Amino acid sequence: MIEVRNLVKNYGDVKAVRDISFTVENGEILGFLGPNGAGKTTTLRVITSYLSPTSGNVFVDNLNVLDNSMEIRSLIGYLPEMNPLYHEMNVYEFMEFVANVRKIEKSKFKSRLNEVIELCGLKGVIHKSISELSKGYCQRVGLAQAIFHDPEILILDEPTIGLDPNQIAEIRKLIKNLGKEKTVIISSHVLQEIQATADRMVIINDGEIVANGTIEDLMSGFKGKTRLILELKNATEESVSKIKSVNSEISLADIKTQGDSIVASLEYPNSLDPRQNIFDYALENKWTILEMSRHKTSLEDVFRNLTIEGGADA
Amino acid sequence: MHSNVSVLYRKEVSSFFNSPVAYITLIVFLVINAWFFTSTFFLINESDLRTLFSVIPIFYLFFIPAITMGLIARERNSDTMELLTTIPISDSEIIIGKFLAALTLIGTALLFTLVHFFSLLIVGNNIDIGAIISGYLGLLIVGAAYAAVGTFSSTTTSNQIVAFLISFLVIFIFFILDKILIFVPGFLSSIFQYLSIDYHLSNISRGVIDSRNIIYLGSIIAFFLLLSIRTLEMRRWR
Repeated sequence: MIEVRNLVKNYGDVKAVRDISFTVENGEILGFLGPNGAGKTTTLRVITSYLSPTSGNVFVDNLNVLDNSMEIRSLIGYLPEMNPLYHEMNVYEFMEFVANVRKIEKSKFKSRLNEVIELCGLKGVIHKSISELSKGYCQRVGLAQAIFHDPEILILDEPTIGLDPNQIAEIRKLIKNLGKEKTVIISSHVLQEIQATADRMVIINDGEIVANGTIEDLMSGFKGKTRLILELKNATEESVSKIKSVNSEISLADIKTQGDSIVASLEYPNSLDPRQNIFDYALENKWTILEMSRHKTSLEDVFRNLTIEGGADA
Repeated sequence: MHSNVSVLYRKEVSSFFNSPVAYITLIVFLVINAWFFTSTFFLINESDLRTLFSVIPIFYLFFIPAITMGLIARERNSDTMELLTTIPISDSEIIIGKFLAALTLIGTALLFTLVHFFSLLIVGNNIDIGAIISGYLGLLIVGAAYAAVGTFSSTTTSNQIVAFLISFLVIFIFFILDKILIFVPGFLSSIFQYLSIDYHLSNISRGVIDSRNIIYLGSIIAFFLLLSIRTLEMRRWR
């Protein structure tokens, strides 16, 4: 189990991570989601001992990163965002270096190498120089580096960034497979990425956790609501805001004047369909309806809602 | 501990010898030394390597910053620092492995200058083998001290040129101290002389291997290596 406890990390005056706490259970795939610059990479860098926390601590089982850095490092396989590789080496030499650092016995190296080649699809490039590899293959080599010692914990920072859709699908499948027996933290600023791979997600924005739960949990707070966009002519903001009188369960989310028309967005429970009543109400008031459209809230809206609101008070 | 150092040492040495820069530096070092040595070799008519031993410390000024500038700076510049410091290798193991690799390259360069020793064996007589051995020993220890300075400079920046300039400057100060003695007041001159690396080198080269010289050079090496390790650790707390 990984436990991040009251973690704070400042770079000088910049507060990158502001007192966050969360846990990752054994065998779980945790999605770490947030817009760019939210503090994801910083948090992962503290877990992997690349950076030390300003305050707070990270515990892995009964070890903590301040006192037991070496033990924790050997439990973790880490693919950093920048995917650092030694470009002067070929893939085989790099794997040999990784194996030596990870204390893989000489006798087991060959068989493990073959497994990793198979897992990461490195068959054709094993004797190629890393500097000659495409971005997609570099990413696979990075992943091979992270999993070579068969770590209990796998930390992947934006593992599919810069890959084409086929490669993304392949890497996701690989992560899913690895996640069956390992604890995985995968970070991304792309929601679909996390939705496709993770069991649970932590959403971080501006250094703070804004949501933590399974996809269903996060949706439920917003689920059951429909948003209706209305564009009306011959109306005033004041008169339109009285539209709530049609049904007490309707709420007015937003209203603004656009040229000579009024754009209002209404929210009401999914169980309700007051469109006909609204139409009649508009007719009564002699409004001309230019547009009436219905939107179901998606996880995307949840994410935008959480991260944009949080960004606004910063 | 030992094994981590050796893994890193092997990686570093092989990346040295896989890069053209190392060969170019090595060749330039050897060619210039050979020219300075042989151009006067037959004129002075002396059966020793004294000219060689007095020229090499001057070339160290450029040669050692050149081979040490990339040790850490290159890892920082290419982001591989994040790999290196999240695998189970300690900061001191990183520094020692890399320092030893640089020392190996210096040793290799010195080894190649043995060609002058063999030509001396052929054409000269009454050769003082002891003086030559102590001369080489002195050069190796001083090379190690400069390499420690270079390793430290390389930890302070991600720019290899800056690392080169810092180590050049520091080495130059150590080098020049006993050459400006006539300009400094009397009470300072003995301190300046003691701090000068060249002063200790000339003692060792004369064949007088005094513990004071060894302790001095040993502390320079230890001081700069410790400083390198501290600098590397500080990066985590930035």
